[in-house]
Amino acid sequence: MAKHKTPLLDQLESGPWPSFVSDLKHQAEVRAKNEEGIEFQIPQDCVEDLLGVLELSYKHGRTHWKHGGIVGVFGYGGGVIGRYCDQPALFPGVEHFHTMRVSQPAGKYYTTEYLRNIMKLWDLRGSGVTNMHGSTGDIILLGTTTPQLEEIFYELTHNLNQDLGGSGSNLRTPADCLGSSRCEYACYDSQALCHFLTNEYQDELHRPAFPYKFKFKFDACPNGCVASIARSDMSFIGTWKDDIQIDQDAVNKYVENDSAYPSNAGAHKNRDWGPFDIQKEVINLCPTGCMSFENKQLTIDNANCTRCMHCINTMPRALKPGKEKGCSILCGAKAPILDGAQMGSLLVPFVEVNPDNDYQAITEVIENIWDWWMEEGNNRERLGELIMRQGFQRLLEVTGIKAAPQHVQYPRTNPYIFWKEEEVPGGWERDVEEYRKHHLR
Amino acid sequence: MAFISSGYNPDKPMEDRITDIGPRKYDEFYPSVIAKNKGKWSHHEILEAGVIVHVAESGDEVYTVRVGGCRLMTTTHLEEICQIADKHCDGHVRFTTRNNVEFMVDSKDKVEPLKNDLASRIFSGGSQKFPIGGTGAGITNIVHTQGWIHCHTPATDASGTVKATMDEVFEDFQSMRLPAKLRISMACCLNMCGAVHCSDIAILGYHRKPPMLDHEYLDKICEIPLAIKACPTAAIRPAKTKLADGTEVKTVAVKNERCMFCGNCYTMCPSMPLADTEGDGIVLMAGGKVSNRISHPKFSKVVVAFIPNDMPRWPSMTDAIKKMINAYSNGANKYERLGDWAERIGWEKFFEVCELDFSHHLIDDFRQQAYMSWRQSTQFKF
Repeated sequence: MAKHKTPLLDQLESGPWPSFVSDLKHQAEVRAKNEEGIEFQIPQDCVEDLLGVLELSYKHGRTHWKHGGIVGVFGYGGGVIGRYCDQPALFPGVEHFHTMRVSQPAGKYYTTEYLRNIMKLWDLRGSGVTNMHGSTGDIILLGTTTPQLEEIFYELTHNLNQDLGGSGSNLRTPADCLGSSRCEYACYDSQALCHFLTNEYQDELHRPAFPYKFKFKFDACPNGCVASIARSDMSFIGTWKDDIQIDQDAVNKYVENDSAYPSNAGAHKNRDWGPFDIQKEVINLCPTGCMSFENKQLTIDNANCTRCMHCINTMPRALKPGKEKGCSILCGAKAPILDGAQMGSLLVPFVEVNPDNDYQAITEVIENIWDWWMEEGNNRERLGELIMRQGFQRLLEVTGIKAAPQHVQYPRTNPYIFWKEEEVPGGWERDVEEYRKHHLR
Repeated sequence: MAFISSGYNPDKPMEDRITDIGPRKYDEFYPSVIAKNKGKWSHHEILEAGVIVHVAESGDEVYTVRVGGCRLMTTTHLEEICQIADKHCDGHVRFTTRNNVEFMVDSKDKVEPLKNDLASRIFSGGSQKFPIGGTGAGITNIVHTQGWIHCHTPATDASGTVKATMDEVFEDFQSMRLPAKLRISMACCLNMCGAVHCSDIAILGYHRKPPMLDHEYLDKICEIPLAIKACPTAAIRPAKTKLADGTEVKTVAVKNERCMFCGNCYTMCPSMPLADTEGDGIVLMAGGKVSNRISHPKFSKVVVAFIPNDMPRWPSMTDAIKKMINAYSNGANKYERLGDWAERIGWEKFFEVCELDFSHHLIDDFRQQAYMSWRQSTQFKF
């Protein structure tokens, strides 16, 4: 018998999509029965109360969670978010119901052994409710009490070789696509780079020293499956410099509509779009018009290719990215708070992704940017906003990167150039009396 | 319940302390076919909605069955995922960025038993536990934020609006009939921890009333200068006021007509709550993308200024979303993303074919970037 009546939430149990309400109810029952005899370290009925408080929000149209409090584990400034219910008398099981962020493995592959260890810990010391995963990428453990925080951290680090993730004004847990582990488009090993930088910058991740949050995300090709260009202060997007690799025989298999060569790898299978037409679907849609197909021969003017991936996505058995691979780095993406949304702006058109020298070319860019942002950034100013305030040219200066036409969509439309004194012959100090000798007052 | 110690000694927090060890290394968790063929994949094919085969240069194959997952997930449900992974996938499983779950097997004959097992599992309330789909030119899972389940700033619920929407568009989760992929994202307030601003369709929670002022507590709980500085439109200034008992307290005053309801002040000062039953609701945005394919990545545009919170299933919201999807599906060319289609036909036609009202709220008036969105041309459609 449920502790609280939830007539509104009950209506979210029907329909085909997995119901989080059914899952929570099931969880509440499992905890109530406790067939495994767990000595729950937080209230056994917390999931009942979680459903109860959510139902109240559905009734009121308002949240019933208070502002986070300052809780955490010793020595870290992130990884735990305090959460308290604003109706503790009605829902005592969730009066204190803090979140812990657990740093996820790159690529989000798991063994069941690992997952079960996390679950066992979380059933004992928390609500058993999780997010797989949070928006930034962490495993989110949703709901425990203050005395359990250190206990959970101790067990994570001592028994599971596992650390917390980031929150607050620090490096947030970096996240990546699955990259070369299972994708032929990958231009670099996004997991290796993500894992390396996560470990390299553990101090920045755990101890807030930044003006505000800072996010890294890693897309191994321009298709951008983890949306790094929209949601990370520094976005690392795989690309290549040389020619797209072409298998002409395979191109012709696509042209002949060979069933072993479905266009778009079969992504449009459930509607009849007619037979594949290379002219209409590839050549004419190429954004730079740099392709042609004549006499069974596909030609690409690679010098004019902008590597949008369309032709490769459309004929994946025939075309592959080039061999000289690396990544582009874009900076400053963020959601609208405060000065409006930004996407990442291209800073480094191409950089090698080289694990053999600990990705030196990349860490150098990162550290130059951090030095500038930590020095000049205002409280709660994201990198994108600092770039807006001080100018993209300043970003080039601090990173020592030479301006190039690749940095802009088009050159400026106003002539208000902030010339520097040293750029103008003779400098700015002049003698007005000398001037007046030739120009009467 | 008796307290069980982990071994941690609160009197000596630094004793045996382990810190800064980071996440587990990714390759500890690779299925063997992945470990063997990493970096040597030749090509892939989506065999049917939710089922993908990747073929390695070695000739090895990995079959992935993708299922929709709730981001909000209990250990009971995770245990079931583990049981399936143990039974079919040698104890391995993967999650995607969009909260899907991927079960991988290394030969074709293992696919049907896995699919049948997944499809047979139903929640007691009738919904599917592991619906197969979310690939190709269809609608995959909605990435979303926390909502009323666990956050202090939301203007709507996240899990509920997502469940309501996915139920309505479920057919397109299990099919690939659209002109291109269509990504829906959900953020329950303007903080957008889900960063939905570049999605084909974005569901966004929004407040419409300026903050209330809890004068009696404001100066005790908040740093007044931080609250003032938090306001992007400089609508907040320091003030003094007399409480009912005659005591004068320091507080703030808000110029309400300058408030854009972002809630940034509330983030800095808990004595300035915005949440309101009538004031809060949903903004719909459309036409964004993050991929560089064919066209550049682009921002989503506000296409519905406000929809009231209508729990538990937000029917006006799902109705507007379905109208957009249907008009897009009928009108767009193959490969055209929703935003590319809207730009080709013109946004004036977009509102017509989607049967959405246009109102003054949809014309940008936020800072100089607003100008870029007005029409500086005589080219338009009647």
